Amino acid sequence: MPNFNFRPLWRYEDQFIDGVLTTLLLTVSATAIGLVIGIIGAVVLRSGPKSARIGVRAYIEIIRNTPALLQIFIIFFVLPTIGLKFSPIQASIVALSIYFGAYASEILRSGLSSIPPSQIEAGLCLGLTRWQVLSRIVLPPAIRNIYPSITSQFVLLLLGTSIASQVSADELFHAAGFIDSRTYRSFEVYALTCGIYFTLVVFFKIVFALVGRAVFRWPTRR
Amino acid sequence: MALVEIKNVRKNYGPLEVLKGVSLDVEKGEIVTIIGRSGSGKSTLLRCINALETINSGEILLEGQSVSTSMDGLRQMRQKVGIVFQAFNLFPHMTIEKNVTLAPILTGKTDKRGAKELAFSVLERVGLADKLNAYPEQLSGGQQQRVAIARCLAMSPHLMLFDEVTSALDPELVGEVLKVMEGMAAQGMTMVLVTHEMNFARNVATKLVFMHQGRVWEQGDPKTLFANPQTPELKSFIGHHAR
Amino acid sequence: MRQFSFSDLIFLATALEWTFLMAAIALAFGVPLGLALALARTSGSTVLRLVASAFVELIQGIPLLGLLMFFYFGIPVLAGKDVPTVVAVGAAYTIYTAVFLGDIWRGGIQAVRQAQWEAGACLGLSWLQQFVHIIGPQAFRIALPATVGFLVQLIKNTSLASVVGLVELARAGQMISAGTFQPLLVYTLVAAIYFTICFPLTTWSRTLEARLNGAR
Ligand SMILES: Nc1ncnc2c1ncn2[C@@H]1O[C@H](COP(=O)(O)OP(=O)(O)OP(=O)(O)O)[C@@H](O)[C@H]1O
Ligand SMILES: [Mg+2]
Repeated sequence: MPNFNFRPLWRYEDQFIDGVLTTLLLTVSATAIGLVIGIIGAVVLRSGPKSARIGVRAYIEIIRNTPALLQIFIIFFVLPTIGLKFSPIQASIVALSIYFGAYASEILRSGLSSIPPSQIEAGLCLGLTRWQVLSRIVLPPAIRNIYPSITSQFVLLLLGTSIASQVSADELFHAAGFIDSRTYRSFEVYALTCGIYFTLVVFFKIVFALVGRAVFRWPTRR
Repeated sequence: MALVEIKNVRKNYGPLEVLKGVSLDVEKGEIVTIIGRSGSGKSTLLRCINALETINSGEILLEGQSVSTSMDGLRQMRQKVGIVFQAFNLFPHMTIEKNVTLAPILTGKTDKRGAKELAFSVLERVGLADKLNAYPEQLSGGQQQRVAIARCLAMSPHLMLFDEVTSALDPELVGEVLKVMEGMAAQGMTMVLVTHEMNFARNVATKLVFMHQGRVWEQGDPKTLFANPQTPELKSFIGHHAR
Repeated sequence: MRQFSFSDLIFLATALEWTFLMAAIALAFGVPLGLALALARTSGSTVLRLVASAFVELIQGIPLLGLLMFFYFGIPVLAGKDVPTVVAVGAAYTIYTAVFLGDIWRGGIQAVRQAQWEAGACLGLSWLQQFVHIIGPQAFRIALPATVGFLVQLIKNTSLASVVGLVELARAGQMISAGTFQPLLVYTLVAAIYFTICFPLTTWSRTLEARLNGAR
């Protein structure tokens, strides 16, 4: 039986905590920016001029059909050659936002089109403005419909932030690498790191479930 | 001046001309039923009155005013015209009370305090005052359709349009909705309805309009037309629908 | 510093073989394991369902990068001897593939209505016969679009094997970029190669999805 020893890791508690905080920073920033991109993307896909629609489609396809690792490399290594220099954290946020934005565009678009046009008509017929119809009538059920996919995309993003370690953004996975190089306890370090990611994921899943249950109270068919 | 004046309206979807010059007046207080075969353009005509469809030529006047093309003008107009569809189109995420009071609050017809009273009074008119806090999915089809009517009533419309509002209902639920509509008729509401309920057309309506192939084929007093249709098309239509 | 040359293209092509090899290994072992997971999660046995679900939940809760490190460092520790990198990496991708495919297929199996099982039982078919002849084909049709969609994820994610030193496409790109100082050219080229592989699969997945929705 191999002997595991987690004790040497305790000295690096601070590094783990800093890593988690940076991971959360990356996740939350990329989610926020990505959602804004997603909203714009979805609206353009639904009712933008043709050239803009083609542009957004191309963006979505390029991002979804190339590895995120490569995207982060391009932001970090290629953009400086044309004068756009980012710190590792900045580059990671930019890359992950663009990445999340592509998936969010597609998800939000499907959410909007999941609402039957008759609902929009019913709102317009009551004399509401387009904005009122969108915010009061279309969005609440649309958000409910996409809630499962957008939250699981969030979880994938949280796990995906680990690739930021490859441009040495000092998030959790990078911290793990650092601690590994100091302690030579690779297996223990990565086992613990995986455990921390897992805990974060479970935490967010529980929060999402509770929020979902509190917010989406109305009964649906079936 | 008629409440609604429809003058020689034409409407096409691409190459298909659906309304081929329709003219029709609706006086205040009138109950107009539109009957006709499937595809004759009944729904399209109703949707044109409410500017859900744009017309290709002709004119529609509401209270003497041409239906505006500006967004603001459209909204003003729609606040005066209620429309109920075959599919109830209630908002699934709102309670019945919210469904009914959303538009009056957002358009400034009432404040939040008055809204509760308003909801109670219109829901009482359709016999559902006890369902204020229910959600649409918890109601039967007939109840949902009555809420849809109440939702329009809450805007105190000058005109109500109904498009086959009982067609999606189980037979035993049709009666409760028709009763509500009869009640509205008795209170003097101006109504235009597309329906297959021949008894309603014969006994409640003040005017019968028979549409055929995108035209008003015949119109007049319901009892007279039912007893004595002038065209073979109406005669055969009545023949098919008489029970 | 040197120019980007023909030999770099050859190098990329060789690396691409590794990308495909990793995906192939992951599928070869991940598909049967994924099927087993899907069956376990839809089985009548509560224990089986719980164990399989917990396993899926666990693996889906850690980064693929973490899984790679875990196997890369873990197999030597647990087995007591070194194994080739390919084996450790292959094991990680196998588990990853099994869990995600298992989840997709569970969804497919559950989407087939309960009545279909009952119909099969009424015909006197055994559980295996019901699955092979009645449920399986329907579940397969329902789950196919998402399965193809996962294939795209798998191919993209083979790029992470570069982290433990496997010279697949992304790692080869990194090396050439470092050697030629032409990151723009090299990374664009590598991205284009991934895109050329993944885009047809994505399109296929979408076509299948549309056909499925149309057929319903
Ligand atoms: N959005 C549309 N695009 C194209 N054609 C349409 C559209 N809406 C209706 N039509 C066509 O216009 C014609 C008239 O339709 P309309 O819905 O007004 O008929 P209707 O008299 O209400 O029939 P029904 O009794 O079946 O409801 C039909 O031939 C229909 O196919
Ligand atoms: Mg119709």
